[in-house]
Amino acid sequence: MKNHLPILLLMSGLAVLPLAGYAQTGNSDSSKFDGKWLRRVPDEDHARHSPFAGQPAAAAAGKLIFAENCAKCHGAEANGRTTPPARPSLRSERIRHATDGDISWLLRNGNPYKGMPPWSSLPEQQRWQVIAFLRTLPPAK
Amino acid sequence: MPFSFFSLPKFLTLAAIFILAPLLHAQEKPYFVTYSTDLEEPGNLEIAFNGIAAAPKGANTFSSHTLELEYGATAWWTAELYAQAQSTANDSTVSTGFRFENRFKPLPREYWFTPALYIEYEQVSDADKSLLEITGNDGIDKLRAANAESRKTIAHTMEGKLLLSSNMRGWNLSENFIAEKNMNNDPWEFGYAVAASRPLALAGGVSRCTLCRQNFAVGAEIYGGLGTRHAFGFHDTSHYLGPTVNFRIPNGPTVSFSPQFGLSDNSVGTLWRFKVAYEVQQIRDLLNANLTHAKEVR
Repeated sequence: MKNHLPILLLMSGLAVLPLAGYAQTGNSDSSKFDGKWLRRVPDEDHARHSPFAGQPAAAAAGKLIFAENCAKCHGAEANGRTTPPARPSLRSERIRHATDGDISWLLRNGNPYKGMPPWSSLPEQQRWQVIAFLRTLPPAK
Repeated sequence: MPFSFFSLPKFLTLAAIFILAPLLHAQEKPYFVTYSTDLEEPGNLEIAFNGIAAAPKGANTFSSHTLELEYGATAWWTAELYAQAQSTANDSTVSTGFRFENRFKPLPREYWFTPALYIEYEQVSDADKSLLEITGNDGIDKLRAANAESRKTIAHTMEGKLLLSSNMRGWNLSENFIAEKNMNNDPWEFGYAVAASRPLALAGGVSRCTLCRQNFAVGAEIYGGLGTRHAFGFHDTSHYLGPTVNFRIPNGPTVSFSPQFGLSDNSVGTLWRFKVAYEVQQIRDLLNANLTHAKEVR
């Protein structure tokens, strides 16, 4: 039995990986995008203003950063996805009504138990540039 | 029609994604031993080659090669498999074993010191020269043994790490505290790793470019052993310190390099480390699409 232990551990670990991935698809109901994260944003963060607000150059830079880091999940046009696994649109009313500070907080902290990883590893300026780009997008049809 | 996951068209599709994927890219810290609390993005697979070369005093020159497969299972859980080998001049090339690890972020937001937990199982022989971490009294003596002898002893080891990271004004500071237990009744061994890095530019440019400053990150890394449960401390341990740099090629791999210098008599003089990492984005969606397609066919 002793000799089999490593192999059993490895095989069980490898078996878990696809299950984990598949489990995510089971959670494909777009109703999970309930916006509850907004309630967790501290007042101080909610009130923050983007240093790049209204700057076309920042939005242009943000578009590139978005394409490289965000588009794979949220779509090249930020429309999200309704087919499994569902991903939220970033042109929604919720995002349009959220403050720059709210979105900045979400990008920094993520919403890991709903599938959104934190982007704290991206420099803060680049996160603001992404927000500047999102503000240029028209509302979802 | 029977379900055949590895039918030719699907195999070619997978191959094309691996070879031609326009979205291949990786966000990497320029660290070789230290882990930050950045996890792999959910659904992404990172494929990395981690190499090290050195010419220890009184031993043959060697190079060690580690293949790393890192998968983002969820936004709070990353799993990774390592396969290792080494080549020693005037000796031989041998496979030295594998490691399987999981990293978890237990808290749902970022803090001044964001924690993550690391749990690993290793099955590696004494011929291992990857120096993926230093624990206990690991040192230069271990590197002098002939492969034919050292590969006979295989260690089954469980390892835990507490990972801490801080991100401030573009800087990342990461600290690791390592505890390792060889399951052959050896005492607990301890180690540490600390690193800091920063991109050369914090804001993104308005046009795509390869040699932009934001594609480079520089930093420094220090790590070493802290003895065992019976002899905790710096006595007879090895430690390394060195600058690190990486270059993230837009829509391509991330290449990292670091010369690391031994700080004690028990250390190798200089380690030359290099790493190439590719990130295949949203490979899970592809697999899920295949499974969904298979269900429809049934």
